[in-house]
Amino acid sequence: MDWQAFWLSVRLAAIVAAILVAIGMPIAYWIAYSRWQWKFLAEAVVALPIVLPPTVLGFYVLVALGSRSPIGRWWQSLTGHTLAFTFTGLVIGSVIYSLPFAVQPFATAFAAVDSRLVAASSVLGASRLRTFFRVILPLSIDGLVTGIALSFAHTLGEFGVVLMVGGNIPGETRTASIDIYDKVQAFDYSGANQTALVLMGISFVLLVLLYAFNRKLSAVWQWK
Amino acid sequence: MTDTAEARNASALGSLSELAVSITKNFGAEFSLDIACTFEPGITIVFGPSGAGKTTLLDCIAGLTPPNHGRIAIGPRVLFASEIRRNTALRHRNVGYVFQDLALFPHLSAEQNIAYSLNAVPAGERRARVNAILESFRIGHLRARKPGEISGGERQRVALARSLVTNPSALLLDEPLAALDARTKSAIIEDLRAWNETHRVPILYVTHSREEVFALGERVIVVEHGRVIADGTPHEVMSAPMQETVAQLAGFENVFDTTAVALHENQGSMTCRLGRSTVELETPLVRAEVGSMLRVGIRAGDILLAVEKPRGLSARNVIEGRIVSLEQRDVIVVARVDCGVEMEVHLTIAAREALSFQPGKKVWLVVKTHSCHLMRG
Repeated sequence: MDWQAFWLSVRLAAIVAAILVAIGMPIAYWIAYSRWQWKFLAEAVVALPIVLPPTVLGFYVLVALGSRSPIGRWWQSLTGHTLAFTFTGLVIGSVIYSLPFAVQPFATAFAAVDSRLVAASSVLGASRLRTFFRVILPLSIDGLVTGIALSFAHTLGEFGVVLMVGGNIPGETRTASIDIYDKVQAFDYSGANQTALVLMGISFVLLVLLYAFNRKLSAVWQWK
Repeated sequence: MTDTAEARNASALGSLSELAVSITKNFGAEFSLDIACTFEPGITIVFGPSGAGKTTLLDCIAGLTPPNHGRIAIGPRVLFASEIRRNTALRHRNVGYVFQDLALFPHLSAEQNIAYSLNAVPAGERRARVNAILESFRIGHLRARKPGEISGGERQRVALARSLVTNPSALLLDEPLAALDARTKSAIIEDLRAWNETHRVPILYVTHSREEVFALGERVIVVEHGRVIADGTPHEVMSAPMQETVAQLAGFENVFDTTAVALHENQGSMTCRLGRSTVELETPLVRAEVGSMLRVGIRAGDILLAVEKPRGLSARNVIEGRIVSLEQRDVIVVARVDCGVEMEVHLTIAAREALSFQPGKKVWLVVKTHSCHLMRG
């Protein structure tokens, strides 16, 4: 079994989940509380990765990160190399790909907090930020844990985006799922099976923990 | 000076700032709120049926929803004024608001709930203020418990304490005690009164319960369909409207001129003297002053006769008299009794036989308070 690929996957999933907590919460807050009439457009954009074929997403991320795009050129002028086929590029692609898996449970949980509690917090002199951290967030722990676990598991198992953006560079972009694909190509079924079993085991344990923690997982799929 | 600093100074001085509200708010064509009212320091009851606009009034004052037009001010501090486009953010209004459902933070302990608004206060002072309010609302023993772990009355006290620890310049209570039993209720009201002895801020107490209005017994405004339709003491605005019309009293066998001699507002009753006699009747409270001339009607069939002075009765009127005449009409015996005025009383034949009523016999008349029907004289 290729442990290097396995740990790369875990590292990628952990970093992506952490980034998604940071950027997913403000987006989810906005989705849950904004009264903008075109909000549904933004909601659709965030949800797009759920229905988009990973290769399509991966293709556009590759183009956007490549040396011909403004972003790619700006990064190249900063660091001397392009983002494509790097671990950083992989992180960016994965963040976009797993965004809805974090934002949706977050937003559902935020919107489910009793509006009278939010009003009470304001009446008691709290700013929006304080209300968020002292009232909304503690009462949304279920959704927060769900979002983190789902985006972690989803990133751990992704294949199409990684292949498009990262390629297959050992120690840099060669993740566990790429490793499985490689081994099958080489007719190494037992090697592929080992890695596949480990990935399946992790995903299963994560979901078991999640369901045990929060029996309302079905709420994840409901937009508010 | 910022609004909040100004508010803190004002409450530190124990200023007697009144809350002046003059607002309109429209909800489509069916309903609009149009209220102009000044609330002095002390409790003002806002009474009205559900859907009358009571909660909307509080929401406007607190800043949860903006009025369309008008002005809201506490003393010199203007919270909302449509003509200068001022709409102070609700967190800077320094208004205490206890919601109908209390809205205690379920994940925080009683103490954390109460200390919630004091994050900018130095730790030592914060502790002192929280302890003081915990003590004055007798909930010190609950400080570590969460709202889900305490009783309804205790939750109520925590919610009040949480609002009052901010030293608000006005306090809004939306049916705060509706779900509580009478004893718990009056204990909490006493603690609230005690608090307001020292703080003297306007307290708006919303309720749709008549009993609460009489129990609190201060100024009451009656709100219906978004308008103030009455304003005064509970007695002035809550008493049964002058019920009987002349036509209704026409069917009464006993109708007397009467003078109100005493009002018992907290009991919902009054004392009336009949005609020029010395006979006094306890009657239901109506909108009247001492000395008012009224008419009282009593049905002959609503009066009981006793041959001995009765004891242990719930009826409040027991009047001594003497039977003048007895006359049988079909199956009813009509007795005329002189008790200072002449009353007609209807008895059954069996009752006359059993108690051997005769003219000249000494009797006691028994009349329930609510058998006395009043109208303007």
